[in-house]
Amino acid sequence: MSPAPDAPLARLDHVGRRFGDIVAVDDVTLDIAPGTLVGLLGPNGAGKTTLLSLLQGLRRPSAGRVELFGGNPVDARARRLLGSTPQETALPETLRVGEVIDYVGGHFAGRVPTSELAAEFGLSDLLRRQTGSLSGGQKRRVAVALAFVGRPRLVLLDEPTTGLDVDARRTLWDAIRRQHESGATVVVTSHYLDEIEALAQRVIVMGEGHVLADDDLPRVLARVGLSRVRLRSTEAERVAALSGVVRHEPDDDHQVLTVDDADDFVRVLVGSGLDFHDLTVRGATLEEAFLSLTAPATTERSGR
Amino acid sequence: MTSATVSTEPSTVKLTMLHAKYSLVETFRVPIAVIGTIVFPALALLFFVVPQRTVADNPLFATQAVISLSVFAVMVNALFSFGLTIAENREKPWDPYLRTLPAPGIARVLAHVFSTGMLGLAAIVPVIVIGALFTAAEAPPERILAGVVALGVSALPFMLIGIAIGYAFPFKAAIAVIQIVMFALAFIGGLFLPPVMFADWLDTISRFTPSRQAREFVIWAVEGGTLEWWVWTGILVWTAVMLSLSLSLFRRDEGRRYR
Repeated sequence: MSPAPDAPLARLDHVGRRFGDIVAVDDVTLDIAPGTLVGLLGPNGAGKTTLLSLLQGLRRPSAGRVELFGGNPVDARARRLLGSTPQETALPETLRVGEVIDYVGGHFAGRVPTSELAAEFGLSDLLRRQTGSLSGGQKRRVAVALAFVGRPRLVLLDEPTTGLDVDARRTLWDAIRRQHESGATVVVTSHYLDEIEALAQRVIVMGEGHVLADDDLPRVLARVGLSRVRLRSTEAERVAALSGVVRHEPDDDHQVLTVDDADDFVRVLVGSGLDFHDLTVRGATLEEAFLSLTAPATTERSGR
Repeated sequence: MTSATVSTEPSTVKLTMLHAKYSLVETFRVPIAVIGTIVFPALALLFFVVPQRTVADNPLFATQAVISLSVFAVMVNALFSFGLTIAENREKPWDPYLRTLPAPGIARVLAHVFSTGMLGLAAIVPVIVIGALFTAAEAPPERILAGVVALGVSALPFMLIGIAIGYAFPFKAAIAVIQIVMFALAFIGGLFLPPVMFADWLDTISRFTPSRQAREFVIWAVEGGTLEWWVWTGILVWTAVMLSLSLSLFRRDEGRRYR
C-alpha cells in the first residue's frame, strides 16, 4: 500500500464508461505523475467530468481499470489523499461556511485548520455566513477551498472558475498555484484555453470521450492555437490546397479556412497570385480548434 | 508520508458522529420539519384514541393503544425521514460530493440511523405525555423508559427499510413506495386494529412483519409477561437482512438520476 515516491498517483488503463448507448469515455489510458499540474481541456460533453468521477470512485468503469494511489477509488481508503470540489450549487444552504469546512475537513488525518484555509482562500470574513447567502463567486471559492482542506496529494478541480469575473479568476488561480507549489498534484478541467494556459504544465485534450492530445503546454497550444480565415474567391479549391490549411468549409459564397499560422498563410496566399477578396482573420475558438483535431476522421467518414 | 497519516486516520465511529452531527444541524436549521415530526403522532393520539372512551378509560387497552401509536410514529418517522431524505439527497449534487470523501458506506448509513433515530425518540415524548394525561394508560416510570429503549431497538428494521427504499428508488417513486409499505405494515402489524381481532391466517402473516414484532416487543417491555421467541428473532432477522441490503444498495448507487 506504500508505492514508490514517483509512482503515478492515478492511472487509467484502457478505461471506458458508457451510459446506455452513449459512450462518455472511450478507451482512455493515462497516468497522473506526482508534482504535475495537469489541464484537462475539452468542450462540454467531451467526457472530462465522467473521467473525474471515475477517479473519485463515484462511478465504476464499464471497461478497463482505474487506480488511485495503487487502490480502487471505489474503496474509501484509497481516497484518503484525494481532494475534490463540489459544484458550487451543491453546498448545503443552511450550514455556515465554517461548518462546511469542518464537515469536510473532519474526514482527513492532517487537515488544514479552518482559519488557515479561510485566510488562504479569502474566506475569513465569511466563516459565520450560511452558504445559501453567498454570491456565486464566494461559493466557488468555498468549493475550491474544500478540495484542499485535507492536505491532499492529488486534487481534482472540475471547472474551478466557470462564471467568475476576471479578478476573481486570477485570485483563485494564484491560490491553486500556491497549493501546487507546496506539493499538491492538481488536475484542472476547463473548457477555457486561457485557464489552462494560466495553470497547466501538461495538457490533455479530450473530445467525444477520446484523448485527442496529451503533451506539454507549448506543444498543445501550437496544435490548438489556430486561426480562421474567411474570404471570397473564384478559385476556392486551389486556395484551400495551399500549405498551412488544416480545414476548409464553404459558408454561403464565402470560404472558411482553418489555418495554423495566419501570417504565413496570408503571405503564401498573396504570393500565389490566386484571386481573393473580403478577407478577414480571427483566432479560432477552442471548439473550432478541437474540430480540427478530430477533422481527419470526420472528413474520411463523410467521404469529402 | 503514508505511514504518518495512517496513524491519525479518523475512525468509522468518529466519521459516523461527524455525519450525524451535521445532518442534525441541517435539520434543526429548518425547525418546521422537526415540529411536523413531533406534532403529527401526538395529534393522531388526540383525535383517534382520546375521544373513544371505551379504549381511553381502560388501562390495558389505552396503554396498548398508546404503544401502538408510538410504534406507528416511530415507523412513519423512520420510513419517511430515511426514504425521502436519502432519495432527495441522491438527486442533489452535495451527496455525490460527500461520496468522494474517504468515509466508508457503513459510517454514512449509521449516521442516518443515529440522527433520524434521535428525532423519532423526540416524537414519542408528546405521545407519552398526552397518553398519561388524557387516557387511563399507565406504567411506572422505569417501565416507560424500558419501553422507549425497546422502541428504539425495534425501530432499526424500519430505518433500514427506509434507507433501502431511499437508495433503490428515485424521489417520486419513493413517496409512493413508502406510503404503500407504511399502511401495509401498520395494518398487518396490528397498529391500527389490535391483533386479537385478526383471523388466524392474518395473525400468522402478521407475526412475520417488523411492525407486529415491534408492537409486541414494546408491550413486553412496558407491561411484562413472556416474550415470544418469534418477536426478538424477527427483529434480529429483519435488521440483519435490511442492513446488508442497504449496504449493497449504497455501494451500487452512483447518484444515478437517469437511465
